[in-house]
Amino acid sequence: MSDEKEKELNRQEQAEAQPGEQEAEPKGEAPAAEPAAEAQPAEAAPSEPAAAAPAAEPTAKVSAAAPSEPAAAVDPEREAKLKAAAEARAARAAAKAAAESAENAEAAAVDPEREAKLKAAAEARAARAAAKAAAEGGDGGSGEAAAVDPEKEAKVKAAAEARAARAAAKAAAEGDAAPAEPKQPSPKQPQLDEAVALIRAQVGDDAIEEAYINELNGHLPTLVLKAERLLACAELLKTQESQDYSYLRNLSGVDYETHLETVYHLVSLKSGSDLALKVKADRENPQIPSVVSVWHTANWNEREVYDLLGIHFPGHPDLRRIMMPDDWVGYPLRKDYEPLDPEV
Amino acid sequence: MEFNLESITPEERKELERNVFMGTLEELKAWARSNSLWPLTFGLACCAIEMMGTGASHYDLDRFGVMFRTSPRQSDVMIVAGTVTKKMGPLLRRLYDQMPEPKWVIAMGSCATAGGPYVRSYAVMKGVDQIVPVDVYIPGCPPNPAALIYGINKLQEKIRYEAKTGKRVTSR
Amino acid sequence: MIRTEELLLNVGPQHPSTHGVFRIIVKLDGEVITEATPVMGYLHRGTEKLAENLNYTQIIPYTDRMDYVSAMTTNYVLCHAVETMMGLEVPERAEYMRLIVMELQRVASHLVWWGTYLLDIGAMSPFLFAFRDREIIINLFNELCGARLTYNYMRVGGVKWDAPPGWIEKVRDFIPYMEGKLDEYHRLVSGNEIFLARIKGIGKYDAQTAIDYGLSGANLRSTGVDWDLRKAKPYSLYSRFEFDVPLGKNGDCYDRYLIRLEEIRQSLRILKQAVEQFPSSGDVMGKVPRVIRPPAGELYVGIESPRGEIGCHIVSKGKAEPYRLKFRRPSFVNLQILPKLLVGETMTNLITILGGIDIVVGEVDC
Repeated sequence: MSDEKEKELNRQEQAEAQPGEQEAEPKGEAPAAEPAAEAQPAEAAPSEPAAAAPAAEPTAKVSAAAPSEPAAAVDPEREAKLKAAAEARAARAAAKAAAESAENAEAAAVDPEREAKLKAAAEARAARAAAKAAAEGGDGGSGEAAAVDPEKEAKVKAAAEARAARAAAKAAAEGDAAPAEPKQPSPKQPQLDEAVALIRAQVGDDAIEEAYINELNGHLPTLVLKAERLLACAELLKTQESQDYSYLRNLSGVDYETHLETVYHLVSLKSGSDLALKVKADRENPQIPSVVSVWHTANWNEREVYDLLGIHFPGHPDLRRIMMPDDWVGYPLRKDYEPLDPEV
Repeated sequence: MEFNLESITPEERKELERNVFMGTLEELKAWARSNSLWPLTFGLACCAIEMMGTGASHYDLDRFGVMFRTSPRQSDVMIVAGTVTKKMGPLLRRLYDQMPEPKWVIAMGSCATAGGPYVRSYAVMKGVDQIVPVDVYIPGCPPNPAALIYGINKLQEKIRYEAKTGKRVTSR
Repeated sequence: MIRTEELLLNVGPQHPSTHGVFRIIVKLDGEVITEATPVMGYLHRGTEKLAENLNYTQIIPYTDRMDYVSAMTTNYVLCHAVETMMGLEVPERAEYMRLIVMELQRVASHLVWWGTYLLDIGAMSPFLFAFRDREIIINLFNELCGARLTYNYMRVGGVKWDAPPGWIEKVRDFIPYMEGKLDEYHRLVSGNEIFLARIKGIGKYDAQTAIDYGLSGANLRSTGVDWDLRKAKPYSLYSRFEFDVPLGKNGDCYDRYLIRLEEIRQSLRILKQAVEQFPSSGDVMGKVPRVIRPPAGELYVGIESPRGEIGCHIVSKGKAEPYRLKFRRPSFVNLQILPKLLVGETMTNLITILGGIDIVVGEVDC
């Protein structure tokens, strides 16, 4: 690789890193204004050509699937969205112009960076404006509580879209002056919606804490479940004809320092579709119901998680240490683990 | 039978010097032992596959009188092939204690020598010499079969040298 | 009526037929096993914890030592996971090199299994045959990357070394040789009366059980479940090649034996096509940033190793080191069915069944 190319690559890396930092802003803001999330799809608008922007709105609505949404809230939101979109469009035009000039000018390396920054800034602005508008609308609305979950979904989707927008920005930064591609809703979205609807109907509305598409992992639909509802959900996902997640591929435990988490990667051998389940537990007294009765695969995997991370699985037939000796002290895979005998 | 050294003719003496070796009984024992080292199949990890490969057709350890035994009671040398964990350590010592004297230990690979790539792990013992005395260390991760054969040759040399001089090469 | 007494017997951890340090405590009624409790962890080396303090390139050597009989596929799963996460392009030539070494590795791994399995159940010479032929593959790898067992060959974004001149020709020559030897193996062992008596109908389970226990590889396919990740979720270049997934019917040790030997033949078939299509020039390393930093997020990918689905679950926080790295090890998951299979079998069948699962202890304990 020539030196020049390498430099270019490094610069790209930087350019990539910067929008990432800026993007954190709207994300941090969103939870503060909970109902705001719904309006966030507008955030994705900057990456879309002007013509595609109105078309994107209905899809956002559909996936939000909130029949109880207050009608009053729609209008200010719309306004905000349009405003944000307009703003973003302006920003994009500027960015495009910059990119075009970059094509002619020799300082090609500087511009992608700038473009990316501009885009991120526009995004952030749009998101903020939308959040504000929605917060105002939400105050007057009555169906707020009922709409929480779909909102969350929408939020996650919006985040995913933002990520895609970033990717597009990166593509643009690479010197490709073509307009960014319109953002498609994830191909796995219907699958996720179906699973969510099924669990809501059969297990209960409160079983799902969060549902999103993990785009990094090839659009893997992911459900974050409440620990006490895990077993019922697992049973349902395995036995239901339309789901048929009979095969547990992987079970891992993760220590997030603030909490512990187990991840279940499922696959249906018939349709080949994947699904990931996540369950959170607190660090002090982590308890997650055992799924051995549903998938036998979990047996030793849960023992391993118990051994290395200290998560208890009530309902497990034989919960003992599996890797370490029985008299071992501590849980090695925890982040704060200190070995007793480091010198041996 | 009477044996008179005087009655040997010079021709006979010449013949005798050519065909008869003089030495101590210790040396004879060492010669026999070193040429029929029976190792315990103590495959722990990756090195075990190389050990198997060494014992198989291509490298053929049988040429050196090295035949793998599956019981510690029949073996002379323990080839510690692989990572010794803290869970395995006490069992390894027990197997070593079950072997009859005289016995030797070869630490095969970096893990058995000093922990190797796993030296920072919470579960791994930093060298098998913390629990049993080691005669030969073979570096490598895993050592080439040729390196294992070389290590076994070194052990044979050591056995013969110790018998000849009465000195210990390594302190136990 | 003969009265029998219950006997507690310890098998391992240092037992010649457990392929490493693995222990089973069996309760015997006469010669029949009434309960079996596997005990493992004698080779638990804490790879996952160590990985949290290493960058991704530094972890690759540890994957070699996890499944040491099939190091190339373990290399691949980590590189593949990181590449998917970062959206990196791997040059075609590099991808071909990876595929060729992975399939060679599958052949080598099955040869080790074949040799040691037959050694376990009482046939000495197949072991010598298998290791003779494996040595050819090992020499090919040795020429490629300078190691016989722990190759450390793949990198995120490509492979470390290009094929030396003449290497591809050597692979090409090896294919017909191995095909001939495979026929010889079948003639030597597969129809042997004693051998059949020892493994036919032993260790039987049905498809539902196999799925419930999460078995993969030949253990799953012996029950007739058509699930090979090379076909079901194609990765690398497998969609470009024609090959069959051998399936069994009865789910016994004999089916698993036949499937593994047939997999050697299918691997050779893939190799034959790969060697023909091998690009004559090109890079073996893609454009990769100097410091490999996957974006924050998590990912799970699984590929088909000779033993089944080997998977890699990475949780990244956008740093050069993984926040959490978990490997789904096929041996570990496949072994779970052992206590169930052993109940009601005799002691001699313990070895037959354990060997038939095909475990590598480095992978079981990780």
